[in-house]
Amino acid sequence: MPDFVPRSKQEKEEMLKAIGVASFGDLLEDMPDAVRLRGELDLPPPLSEMDAKRYLRDLADRNLDPHRWISFLGGGAYDHYVPSIVDHIAGRPEFYTAYTPYQAEVSQGTLQTIYEFQSLIARLTGMEIANASLYDSGTALAEAVLMANAINRRKQVVVSGCVHPRRIEVLRTYLRASGFEIKVSGIGGGFTDPDELRRLVGPETSCVVLDNPNFFGVVEDGYSVSETAKAAGAVLIVDVDPLSLGLLSAPSDYGADVVIGEGQSLGNRLNFGGPYLGFMAAAKRFIRKLPGRIVGRTVDADGRTCFCLTLQTREQHIRREKATSNICTNQALVALRSAVYLSWLGRAGLKELAGLCLSKAVYARDALVSAGFTLRFDRPFFREFVIDLPGEARQFLKRLAEERIIGGMPLGPVHPDLEKSLLIAFTEKRTREDIDRLVGALAKLAGRAGVLK
Amino acid sequence: MRCDVTVFEKSRAGHKAYSLPESDVPRVDPGSAIPPALLRRDPPRLPEISEPGLVRHYVGLSVMNHHVDKDLYPLGSCTMKYNPKAGEDAAGYEGFSELHPMLPEDLVQGALGLIHGLGCSLCEITGMDDITMVPAAGAHGEFTGMLMVRAYHEDRGNPRSKVLIPDSAHGTNPASVRVAGYESVEVKSDPSGRIDPEELRPFIDESVAAIMVTNPNTLGLFETHMCDVAKMVHDVGALVYMDGANMNALLGISRPGDFGIDLAHLNLHKTFATPHGGGGPGSGPVAVKAELAPYLPVPLVAKDGDSFRIVEDRPKSIGRIHTFNGNFAVLVKAYCYVLMAGAPGMREIAENAILNANYLLSKLKKDFLLPYDSRCKHEFVLSGKDNLSHGVRTNDIAKRLMDFGFHPPTVYFPLIVEEALMIEPTETESVETLDRFAQAMREIALEIENDPEKVKGAPYTTPVRRVDEALAARNLDVAE
Repeated sequence: MPDFVPRSKQEKEEMLKAIGVASFGDLLEDMPDAVRLRGELDLPPPLSEMDAKRYLRDLADRNLDPHRWISFLGGGAYDHYVPSIVDHIAGRPEFYTAYTPYQAEVSQGTLQTIYEFQSLIARLTGMEIANASLYDSGTALAEAVLMANAINRRKQVVVSGCVHPRRIEVLRTYLRASGFEIKVSGIGGGFTDPDELRRLVGPETSCVVLDNPNFFGVVEDGYSVSETAKAAGAVLIVDVDPLSLGLLSAPSDYGADVVIGEGQSLGNRLNFGGPYLGFMAAAKRFIRKLPGRIVGRTVDADGRTCFCLTLQTREQHIRREKATSNICTNQALVALRSAVYLSWLGRAGLKELAGLCLSKAVYARDALVSAGFTLRFDRPFFREFVIDLPGEARQFLKRLAEERIIGGMPLGPVHPDLEKSLLIAFTEKRTREDIDRLVGALAKLAGRAGVLK
Repeated sequence: MRCDVTVFEKSRAGHKAYSLPESDVPRVDPGSAIPPALLRRDPPRLPEISEPGLVRHYVGLSVMNHHVDKDLYPLGSCTMKYNPKAGEDAAGYEGFSELHPMLPEDLVQGALGLIHGLGCSLCEITGMDDITMVPAAGAHGEFTGMLMVRAYHEDRGNPRSKVLIPDSAHGTNPASVRVAGYESVEVKSDPSGRIDPEELRPFIDESVAAIMVTNPNTLGLFETHMCDVAKMVHDVGALVYMDGANMNALLGISRPGDFGIDLAHLNLHKTFATPHGGGGPGSGPVAVKAELAPYLPVPLVAKDGDSFRIVEDRPKSIGRIHTFNGNFAVLVKAYCYVLMAGAPGMREIAENAILNANYLLSKLKKDFLLPYDSRCKHEFVLSGKDNLSHGVRTNDIAKRLMDFGFHPPTVYFPLIVEEALMIEPTETESVETLDRFAQAMREIALEIENDPEKVKGAPYTTPVRRVDEALAARNLDVAE
């Protein structure tokens, strides 16, 4: 059993003497017998480090082997290349074994990297300010909606039906106890219908929520949504795919008030669902309503530039039940990874990467259309889109899995009309060969299903 | 080391770090695929800097951080213990790190097995019946727990309106209560620093949904009357929630499930040694008694014989609290820790955490005011109020400790102690380190008497001198 306790029996005796007790049991005097555990915990025997790692390696091996399978799964989490620099910087003990930077004088490393993260997110989204991170995009949406309520005191939320369904679920959970009304538009043609939105939004609307690109991969017209939100005096919340912003308009261009998103694709691995990264950016006038930590730049006693946590009076450790959010520990190391990644990509790299993803997706679309498939939603896309299959998508996926292909995300669970629809994502890691294999395999299965070009 | 130059200021036009593969498919002109009106006019102003430049930038920043691999962080309620490197390695296994959260069940049996296995171990350690492994942090767990309390009461016809919280509670407690739609009612601690059942009695009625306790409490004292408190609360049909931040003192010694707790969150980044990361990612699983299990958030992992399945169909569940599965990679590290410790290890951890705290307490109480003079568990609180006569505040002591190479203890918490200094060494600190820390505190105590200006002007040897936080709030500069 590895011993992380630097203690010999002798030292233990000496310490008890120094404390002034005869035995360790004397230190438990305020614990009544009734609360004491009888015997030992029923846990498996302790393992050496070697055996513990072997046990965990065995568990890891019981999952799909990433080197032998190709995956086209997207839907909010994406398989992008993580450059080596990210692991090496985030793997430095100075960063990963550090505490939250409440004591600024001994935490400048963490504080400056978070300040830079905030700046990078602000620049990426075109907004003025950003916070130091939230748990993920779903909780970021919930926090953004609560923030909108703090801004205008209204309690009606209008959500585009093309927003990621999981995020809508998280929002519903967060608002369970708050007496909000949530209205969700229909899926329609895979984009937010301006007419339907106008019917849903009114003077009671606190915020309008849009994903761009949306859950179906479709690039939305943020301008028309913004118009409707503004006309009602509602806060416009836009959830963006951060990599898409290498090509697509910054949401600030079409009047977003709060921008949120998932930072997983910025230098973070899939990790079976987490840790991920919720980012939030907003107009500067909303800074006092922003949840979570914020790092600010200041000076020290010698006048040197330095950084510290600021506006802490918004936070739980100061304001307690009046805090803008209950969040304490957030996703700091994940934000660091994303800051390193965005700096590594840089101005030119982000644009090139986004263009590469788009090119792969367009190539795939053309190949699928040639093979006789149709896109469910004939709209512009960024790096994922939905195709219709001649049968239930889940059945196609089972057959594809026999060839070690994860074909994408079946949309039946999202909507009964979409049982035959498949959401397929493309990243710079999917090669032309991979895509040709997918198209070929799908075509063969569709042929067998009796539907040919 | 300088920290006043940002990555933006180091950018130079034409420099770059990235490399991307050549496109093996025809390059698409974005304007032909997407309406130009929806395209970005100007690329985002991201840095232009080479990889060597970037590495030097971040390494230069990193060395300005205190970190637990460097020296002690005696932060009360944070449990800044050593982070085992084996866990870091295991979390990096590609069989874990490359998994998409929406893969079909049959392809992720190992990951599901891990979530289930760790969950079972944590239930055994806490004496509870079921658990959610999804919450991403302690506060997330508290909120989840409060929503479950609400769902439990709604299911019985009346959500109730209040949650009782001791005045020594962590700030996330009342904040989480409010987000869950309850009113938090503060209960005063008695002179011994604990909840007194008789003081509590007038507050207990059927408008109370739950009491939220921390045990040991934030003064480092075991709530001796815990069972009586739990009985009183249960007698009116209310629930007892435990903030598990201080679990390090209980491992293998006592279990929340055995002293009347109905639901409790754990902090894996505290008790279970996963790294703090500069402020996350953490993990805050919530363990519950069987009667609360129907309300657990989804997804859950169930075991059928030798295989595992994802459970999402739970009609009484409070729903989803995270887009995917929570901080899975953190769970891997915690599981590694639990596997290596086993039952004897758990007990060793708690015993030495308690031993270390009492040892430090015995050394420091000569020079500092100990408002609650008793044995402590894994942490204790000193008061700096006697130093005010020399013009020295706890904040000054904290800053002066930095010159001795230590991170300060937690300061100004809990709120019920004036000029509080909360100290938790954890079990991974040696006697030498404890002695060094006690010696530093002793020297500072002498300075307070003989040279208070020195303490008030600290720190002197850190990468930056005392930071002007007031200015940061006045002249807001939060992005460059």
